[in-house]
Amino acid sequence: MKNISIHNNQSIPLNDIPELNYNELLNNAVKFLFERPDRHCVNYFGLKTEEGLKLICCIADDTEHLIYLSSSIVEEGSILPSFTAKNHNFEKFEREIHENFGLAYSDHPWLKPLRYSQNRFDENQTIANYPFYKVDSEELHEVGVGPIHAGVIEPGHFRFICNGEQIMHLEIQLGYQHRGIEQLFLQKTKLLERTTLAENIAGDTTVGHTTAFVNLWESLCGVQPDPSLDYARTLALEIERIAIHTGDLAAICADIAYQLGNSVYGRLRTPFVNFLQEWGGNRLGKGLIRAGKINYPFSTGLAIRLIQILKAYEPDFTEITEKLFALPSTLSRMEKTGVVTYKEVLEIGTVGMAARMSGLNRDIRKSHPSNLYGSRIVHEPIIKRHGDVYSRVQIRKEEIKQSIAYIKKLISHVPDFKKPENVVFTPGSDKFVLSLVEGWRGEICHCAITDSSSNLILYKIKDPSHHNWMALAQSVRNNDISDFPICNKSFNLSYCGHDL
Amino acid sequence: MISFLLIILASLFFMGLVVRTKSIASGRKGPGVFQPMKDIIRLWKKGSVYSKTTSFIFQIAPTAYFTSVIMAILMIPHGNNPGLISFDGDFVFFAYVLTFGKFLMIISALDTGSSFEGMGASREALFSMLVEPAFFILMGSFALLTGHTSFHSIFSMLHYGSNISYMLGVLASIVFVLIAMIENSRMPVDDPKTHLELTMIHEVMILDNSGFDLGLIMFTTHLKFAMYGAMISNFFIGMLPLEISIPLFFVIQAGFAITVGLIESFMARFRMGHNPQFIFILTSVSLLIFFGVLLVLGKFM
Repeated sequence: MKNISIHNNQSIPLNDIPELNYNELLNNAVKFLFERPDRHCVNYFGLKTEEGLKLICCIADDTEHLIYLSSSIVEEGSILPSFTAKNHNFEKFEREIHENFGLAYSDHPWLKPLRYSQNRFDENQTIANYPFYKVDSEELHEVGVGPIHAGVIEPGHFRFICNGEQIMHLEIQLGYQHRGIEQLFLQKTKLLERTTLAENIAGDTTVGHTTAFVNLWESLCGVQPDPSLDYARTLALEIERIAIHTGDLAAICADIAYQLGNSVYGRLRTPFVNFLQEWGGNRLGKGLIRAGKINYPFSTGLAIRLIQILKAYEPDFTEITEKLFALPSTLSRMEKTGVVTYKEVLEIGTVGMAARMSGLNRDIRKSHPSNLYGSRIVHEPIIKRHGDVYSRVQIRKEEIKQSIAYIKKLISHVPDFKKPENVVFTPGSDKFVLSLVEGWRGEICHCAITDSSSNLILYKIKDPSHHNWMALAQSVRNNDISDFPICNKSFNLSYCGHDL
Repeated sequence: MISFLLIILASLFFMGLVVRTKSIASGRKGPGVFQPMKDIIRLWKKGSVYSKTTSFIFQIAPTAYFTSVIMAILMIPHGNNPGLISFDGDFVFFAYVLTFGKFLMIISALDTGSSFEGMGASREALFSMLVEPAFFILMGSFALLTGHTSFHSIFSMLHYGSNISYMLGVLASIVFVLIAMIENSRMPVDDPKTHLELTMIHEVMILDNSGFDLGLIMFTTHLKFAMYGAMISNFFIGMLPLEISIPLFFVIQAGFAITVGLIESFMARFRMGHNPQFIFILTSVSLLIFFGVLLVLGKFM
């Protein structure tokens, strides 16, 4: 197969990516992914060039720890056979290409607008006339939820087709949170502006997205980060994971109306977010991760504080978790609710927790490690098999324990931090770079391409929610409609991360 | 009359006690016991907003619901003192007056044309229907035991001659606690605290109600709780003189409220599909009472 392989965070000249004709690209990609659960498409997008629309396909191989790149140039507005008809991994990617560049697919099964981006090809497509799937039946009824969420979190519209209390089909329509982040990356040229943008891709994954951005930027500019920076990023990622997972457990307890769990987990989450504030001045970790430097060095004093927090956290966490996993009423709500099978997650191409819950081993910390993963922290992913709410809750429980162990290991030796100084960053010209980070939700993928005068001409972001929303839609089928909230919360996907 | 006044008094603090119990159980201080009542008074000072798709049914339903519960409360005796309305077979009237109010709430929910409210209405109708046999088997058994068919004469004739009849009192209290939980859409059948429309039963039916109407519906819930509390206390008051029975009434109401609060604090809500199974337990317990009564009456000899 004609392609080029790179490692995570490796930058290569754009012209090194082999160019194939479209059918070759399609057949190669489909063949490459066929019956290989360790391979999945991490990004597939279009780039407007002088010769036409350049499609770049990035497929990660988890066994060989490589990312395979290939490309093809097609004419804008042409009608082509779709990848999706052969492999559903590409469904969202092709919808995005269709929406942005008007590329028509002859056999795409679900060619609907994805997020109504501001620079979309067809301005007549508006969020008000989204083509929902409809069923003509006297027995079935439709329930529309949103776009305003009952808990006023983020907007998204959910359309259920139900037979009484039973859900037959769920269609999720997003796009209300679209801010044009990818375009803003090109318009805002200062590094600080871009870092701030990365911090705001998804507020709950600030550390994850910012780490992906700074790893990418350092690679693009050929700057080797100081080991202490990798240390800080790894530590922050694990703290974020604990904080959000604990908060999720609280929210899951709230959705099944288990008040004790809700209040105890809620209380346990706070010290971690407060610790991020103590360290970097912001509870979400904004301002903490910066390319080439860190403004808030991690000190021994902070390490002692963190040990204290862990000491207070662990016994309470163990106690309430034992209760939660032993109470018949909570177990009956979680077990066998919202099942997504291994076959389904493989077909959808889910990442992160939404893959590991059904036995699909996808964890960037293991497969494409960056920062201190793979060296100081040798990660072994936690895999569950049932794919139900219970599995997702168990993964959270065990990942919290794992993260605590990692943090303890990290703070046993605090490296020397240099005084922050401004490094001069000059991106290479005509470069392509791809960065993968395992955020708490799953795989985060950032891609950047520069032109001959080193300006960014493309910045592509893929949040784990991108694929995982489809897993949620699958999970609720044949479940009670009253179990939808707990299914939704157990995935806890990002609206803004999807809408960008 | 005395029972009516006592129930109104109990309704003022009942929900506050439930909320306070839940707060303390989850490690919070919680609001004062009169806070839910203050919220209702705040709502009463507001006007109501009516959707253009609704008809007069939506506007009369909250008042009719409230009136039906008041009417039902008028029939509850306090030990030896009969309620304002009392006649033979009044417990049948009691049950269907309540159902009438509920029926109007259900059609008013359907009146809004919202798919959420339709779902809530269907759930409420199903669960209330399943509760009905339990109530009638229970009251029928006591009618058989005492030989009377009005609340007042049943409760005033009720005395505990043997150990079995104590058991009957306890079982009847359990049934009434659970009926009260289901009828008032509390845990573990429904979660009154949730903000998620898809999992609600009662709350989702009143999504479109606002201001005064909403306040009225909420106060009716408090009244219903106090009414069932009064019913439970009647199983124990019997012929006791007022100076003992009135404090006992409040002790039982408070105990009931705390029980509700504790149940809601330490367990999760049932899966919606398991609710009918749970509600059928009530009928089984009522049947136990029925057989207990037969035993006491010596019908098995």
